[in-house]
Amino acid sequence: MLKINQLNSGYGGTKILRDLNMEIPQGQVIALMGRNGMGKTTLLKSIMGIISPESGEILFASKEITSMPTDERVRLGIGYVPQGREIFPYLTVEENLLLGLEAKGVTEYRIPEGIYELFPALRRMLSRKGGDLSGGQQQQLAIARVLAAEPKLLVLDEPTEGIQPSIVHEIENIIRFIKEQKTISVLLVEQYVDFALRLADKYYLLEKGSIVSSGRTAEINREIINNHLAV
Amino acid sequence: MSLDIILSQIFNGLSLSSILLMIGMGLSITFGIMGVINFAHGEFLMIGAYTVFIVQVIFAKLLGQAFPGISFLIALPLSFFVAAGIGWLLEKVLIRFLYGKPYETLLATWGVSLILQQAARNIFGANNVDVASPKWFEHGIQITQGLQLPYNRLFIIGLSSLCLTGMFIYLYRTVKGRKIRAVMQNRRMSACLGIPTPKIDAFTFAMGSGVAGVAGCAVSLLGSIGPSLGQNYIIDAFMVVILGGIGGLAGTIAGALVIGISSSIFEFISTTSMGKVIVFTLVIIFLQWKPQGLFSLKTRALD
Repeated sequence: MLKINQLNSGYGGTKILRDLNMEIPQGQVIALMGRNGMGKTTLLKSIMGIISPESGEILFASKEITSMPTDERVRLGIGYVPQGREIFPYLTVEENLLLGLEAKGVTEYRIPEGIYELFPALRRMLSRKGGDLSGGQQQQLAIARVLAAEPKLLVLDEPTEGIQPSIVHEIENIIRFIKEQKTISVLLVEQYVDFALRLADKYYLLEKGSIVSSGRTAEINREIINNHLAV
Repeated sequence: MSLDIILSQIFNGLSLSSILLMIGMGLSITFGIMGVINFAHGEFLMIGAYTVFIVQVIFAKLLGQAFPGISFLIALPLSFFVAAGIGWLLEKVLIRFLYGKPYETLLATWGVSLILQQAARNIFGANNVDVASPKWFEHGIQITQGLQLPYNRLFIIGLSSLCLTGMFIYLYRTVKGRKIRAVMQNRRMSACLGIPTPKIDAFTFAMGSGVAGVAGCAVSLLGSIGPSLGQNYIIDAFMVVILGGIGGLAGTIAGALVIGISSSIFEFISTTSMGKVIVFTLVIIFLQWKPQGLFSLKTRALD
């Protein structure tokens, strides 16, 4: 679904990612882990086209997207839930959800029923302003917003960060549900190691801008975690 | 000072507010959405006013008579499209390269303003030209012996209300408006949801320019028009936007009412230039106390 070859990327001359390779197969959940400042968010921003890579290539569904504008990538089917959720604070919950449909290029704006089945709480909040929701509710809204357009790849940047435990549990169930459908690939960036390992099929460990370890999550051992993730 | 005089000054102020509102709407939205300080915005007013003039000249050439009424009705929508078209072009060839660089846009649009004024001088001559007002605007409603509400000013107030309502419905009730508000609040996230932000920018800029063109049409009812017509209004319009707070229609309305009515009253009780000084001073004092203006919308675009 997504393939990254020899990617070098960073901010204005400061190189952060070095010759990075990665592959996200169709319908799988991939965990990207690493300590703070190792380049996880930089990688996601490169995938989304928010920053442009220095060299290397990114392929999505066998199509090269390395220097494609962000909105075009999204319309190809990449759904992005950024760190900090980025709900439009002055728009209502409903308007936030409807904007999610932009990625699909629809002319008729209707939020799929499936979204309310996954997030029943949202239906009761439709007319509230996005900014008035709690962090957990905003996170659910942010995920619902991208799912509304039925993406092929879901990119989640730290979905559990600063969220109350009950909602972390709900988010886990939702990712598990998506995984069972096998139609949406998921790239999950997470510092909460146990959460990531419970959900992911495969993992990638990022350190100083390069992948230092990768494989099936069933095969990851304490030693790797202690060496690369323990603070 | 009698009540009639005070009321008629408030009324005149209201019609000035209406013009400032039409100019301010575009300024506020383009600044809110793109962080662009458009110094050439006043020239779209001038373009709108000259559109009325051109339509009358064409009528006079073809039919031997200017037909002020019909030509005005034709010029009204036309001024919107002419100004919007030139605005769209300006965004495409210049403004879009300057996003996120407020000082550069300030200089560049000031240059554009000078170019457009000189172009008007070359085409129409340096002297002001007269536009014939439609006959139906000649009189007014006589309220009391000393208080008459002229039809042309009533029309301007109505036109401005219409533009405001249209803009409001457009921004808050349509799909395109929803996208505009989204880009205003968070440009990057809008792109991450698949909204083509450059298209929204160009469109919004054109729309703001178009409304300024309509304002120019309205201004042509109040007196003769010239190449520097926009300069008479642009500073006041900037004050409206800054006083009202960036990025929302509510702030622009409040700002326009305050600046329009207070200018009219202070200019009456002192002199034209002294009145401006008083209004300026009051605005500066107010902004010391509340720098974000009367209404503020926190946008990430401005962080």
